[in-house]
Amino acid sequence: MSDFPFLSVLTLLPLVGALAVAFIPRARAELAKLVALGWSLVVLVLSVFMWVAFSIDGDRFQFHESYPWIPAWGVSFTFAADGIALVMLMLIAILFPVVILASWHDVDQSTRSAPAYFALLLSFEFTMIGVFAAADVFLFYVFFEIMLIPMYFIIGSFGSGQKQYAAVKFFLYSLVGGLFMLASVIGLWVVAGHTFDFAELAGAAATLDTETARWLFLGFFVAFAIKAPFFPFHTWLPDSGGAAPAGAAALLVGVMDKVGTFGILRYCLSLFPEASRWFAPAALVLAVIGIIYAALLAIGQNDLKRLVSYTSIAHFGFIGIGIFAFTTQAGTGAVLYMVNHGLATGLLFIVVGMLVARRGSSLVSDFGGAGRLVPVLAGVLFFAGLASLALPGTAPFVSEFLVLIGTFSTHKGYAVVATLGIVLAAAYVLWMIQRTTQGTLNPALTEVPAMSKDLTLREKAVVAPLIALLLVLGFYPKPVTDVINPAVQATLQDVGTTDPVPTVADGKAGR
Amino acid sequence: MGEVQLPPIDYGALSPMLILFAAACLGILTEVVVPRRLRNGVQLGLAMIAVVAALVMVVIERNTRTITIGGAVAVDGPTLFLQGAILVLGAVSLMLIGERSIEKGGAFVAQAAVTVGSQQDQQQAAGRPGATEVYPLSVFALGGMLLFVAANDLLTMFVALEVFSLPLYLLCALARRRRLLSQEAALKYFLLGSYASAFFLFGVAFVYGFAGGIQLDVVHEAVADPQRPQILLYAGLALVAIGLLFKAALAPFHVWTPDVYQGAPTPITAFMAACTKVAAFGALLRILYVAFDGVRWDFQPVLGVIAVLTMFVGAVLAVTQTDLKRLLAYSSIANAGYLMVGVLALNEEGLSGTMFYLVAYGFSVLAAFAIISLVRDADGEATHLSRWAGIGRKSPLLAGVFTFILLTFAGIPMTSGFTSKFAVFGAAVEGGQTWLVIFGVISSMLLAFPYLRVVVLMWLSEPGESTPAVSIPGFLTSAVLGLGVLVTVALGVVPSPLIDLTREASQFVR
Repeated sequence: MSDFPFLSVLTLLPLVGALAVAFIPRARAELAKLVALGWSLVVLVLSVFMWVAFSIDGDRFQFHESYPWIPAWGVSFTFAADGIALVMLMLIAILFPVVILASWHDVDQSTRSAPAYFALLLSFEFTMIGVFAAADVFLFYVFFEIMLIPMYFIIGSFGSGQKQYAAVKFFLYSLVGGLFMLASVIGLWVVAGHTFDFAELAGAAATLDTETARWLFLGFFVAFAIKAPFFPFHTWLPDSGGAAPAGAAALLVGVMDKVGTFGILRYCLSLFPEASRWFAPAALVLAVIGIIYAALLAIGQNDLKRLVSYTSIAHFGFIGIGIFAFTTQAGTGAVLYMVNHGLATGLLFIVVGMLVARRGSSLVSDFGGAGRLVPVLAGVLFFAGLASLALPGTAPFVSEFLVLIGTFSTHKGYAVVATLGIVLAAAYVLWMIQRTTQGTLNPALTEVPAMSKDLTLREKAVVAPLIALLLVLGFYPKPVTDVINPAVQATLQDVGTTDPVPTVADGKAGR
Repeated sequence: MGEVQLPPIDYGALSPMLILFAAACLGILTEVVVPRRLRNGVQLGLAMIAVVAALVMVVIERNTRTITIGGAVAVDGPTLFLQGAILVLGAVSLMLIGERSIEKGGAFVAQAAVTVGSQQDQQQAAGRPGATEVYPLSVFALGGMLLFVAANDLLTMFVALEVFSLPLYLLCALARRRRLLSQEAALKYFLLGSYASAFFLFGVAFVYGFAGGIQLDVVHEAVADPQRPQILLYAGLALVAIGLLFKAALAPFHVWTPDVYQGAPTPITAFMAACTKVAAFGALLRILYVAFDGVRWDFQPVLGVIAVLTMFVGAVLAVTQTDLKRLLAYSSIANAGYLMVGVLALNEEGLSGTMFYLVAYGFSVLAAFAIISLVRDADGEATHLSRWAGIGRKSPLLAGVFTFILLTFAGIPMTSGFTSKFAVFGAAVEGGQTWLVIFGVISSMLLAFPYLRVVVLMWLSEPGESTPAVSIPGFLTSAVLGLGVLVTVALGVVPSPLIDLTREASQFVR
């Protein structure tokens, strides 16, 4: 089974689906939705097979495939996945059907075409899978850039509020980062003697003089820091998250932003170990600032979707310190956080989207006591909130704990300050829940007929798998950590750091 | 006095140019002989046959590497590749020029000499078929361009410059609509172009004084000799370069571009944006790589500053434009800057990358102007940006194609815009010009904004009252659009064949 070309098929499958859905006439919107859902489920099934075929004790990169593309430049269609990429691909495969189901009625009221929306979602899945599956740096860059296009149209055409502004800001921020990366990619390509093969690039990067390597690192890092986003490159995310349709916003923060942290792990750390160590203090400072600053801003938000976007920036701060602490625990925690954050914040965005769709407004002040009208929905929101503040028993707790404990062993100060972020997280989540679903009933809510409808069967089917996964991974994260651990260790080996007290702490925290 | 020795002439190598010049002369005779109602078809057919025949000859001669006709013309890899590029792009431009179904009588006026606004003018505005002289004029221009990229001495280059410039000045004045703007553009282009030619000629005189010859290999040898008066060399090189930079529209010699691009009939704008660019950069490459490469350390920083200036002038001013043709004009200026980055790599990758860029950009820009010729109202083309609001709702196919072309210009991967930028930037880093690449990347960020603004306008804005209808493209325009998009996709997804071709062709003969 492992001879099956998983990654290329997985990449191309959604593209074919997107084309098929795009050609369904507008009048047959239901058919388009069903095809899109079915297609994303096929991708999910294939991903599960791939997960099973992945050998934990095997090579770092598996499912290697390579086809020549532009031989003159040493470019090839090379796919390969390590444990980190594998868990991200799995997350993508899970989130897309959920989001497609959650977005079922998003376009019904709009003048825009429903098949176009679902075709855009599938083409977005294509670029997402491609970016994580690519093992050729050129190919990675190609996916890194073209993923902007479907998301740009999703935000711009199907969003709400200041959608045009948000779409352009989103596109330009990402493009600016991408172009910095392009300069570094070209520099690396020339140094390596016209190849994009990851191993050869790593070999060539090792021969660079310190200063050049630092500049090249910076080109990559800025691109990924904007994408992630880390403070101070984050300002596009609240606008995009606030304007995008809720399902798309879940994908935006749940999957797409992970490209940034994934890129740092795969490219910055492995290619430029010395520069990574040199820049680590700066990156840690930015990450910690991000945790505190974004949490404070989240507390002050009156718009639910923007609030969730800010919480997400704070969470990326945790992932950032996890990566740059350079310990196996923190690294494993950071990757696990990437998965759990996708599930938790994805769920939060989707649930908030359900509330917003009912109320017709995303302002916190338009709610109040909604729990009396829609108790189940309020309950799910409460659960999603708790998961996202990393309550023990939910999956994010494990990852946040791993990150903090792993960071504490090498960088005590940062870990202590970051712990404050947990307190602030409790503040923004609980206060948000208190103002929307608890307390006295806002009389305006009773006048909105949709607010009296609790979760439908479809909506229950949307939230159920995410809730289940959050609970299961909260109590038993081993299947995921087992896959992540070797890849993180290999990455840290590239960086050339060693854990202070490796085995003992790992045994306690990882299991 | 012995007998005059005639230099050996390789007619095969010269045949593409000879065919075009002969066809252009035939075209002028056609104006006299063929009745008016048949003229358009005959002229278009004649021009197309000539261009295709010349292209066939280029392909047949593809392995020729020679200097012929007394050292005046060099036929080598770059010459043949660039000639082929000019001919292919020229054939596509001719299709745009030949389009008669979008507007009654075509994009060209019947008699340009008629006073604007007079009674006679109103009569011809009502739909008298446009002038058919445009075909021989275009063919003359194409022939001049072929000679321009092949010229191996500076005087031949000057003659070629004039041969392709003079028809272009005329063609610019022939717009059917907004004739005053068109005539102003032509006059401006003519005056500034004449200055540039004068600079060029003056520079040739200096170089002759310096080297004692005008052939590029003579100059090359003289440059290596430190005993000669360097002041003549630098003055000559500077003046010759000014002449060429003007044609290539590099800052600060770019000011004519927006006015001329806006005023000229759109098919001619497309023709200039695609073919003139190839010719100008072809000559620039030859002069810098063949004649003056000995002083590369002296001109590289100066031309580098010009390249950076061009990229930023083009990008920044494109942001402020409200007219699409002017926006594309500034975008073409910025693209000239990127091309210059490739030229300044001064290595084989730079040569092949620049040639790749020229072909890729030519096809995209032809498609872009073809689209502009389709969006029109009662007064002709509606080029003001505000008129394009919401056009994606009315005609999604056209807006989709235009979006794709704009993303190409912005350099998004899987389009030729990305591969060509990669080619020139990679060559420049290889050639030790990393600073140019960094500025190039930064200006690309700026330049993305105006393109994106148009995309937003087309798709995300609501259509207004004044959003014009989109004409159904005729067969010729459809073919141009199809070809432009096809080549842009192909060069983005499978660029290998063309890259290999440019690499094989990246050796000048000296």
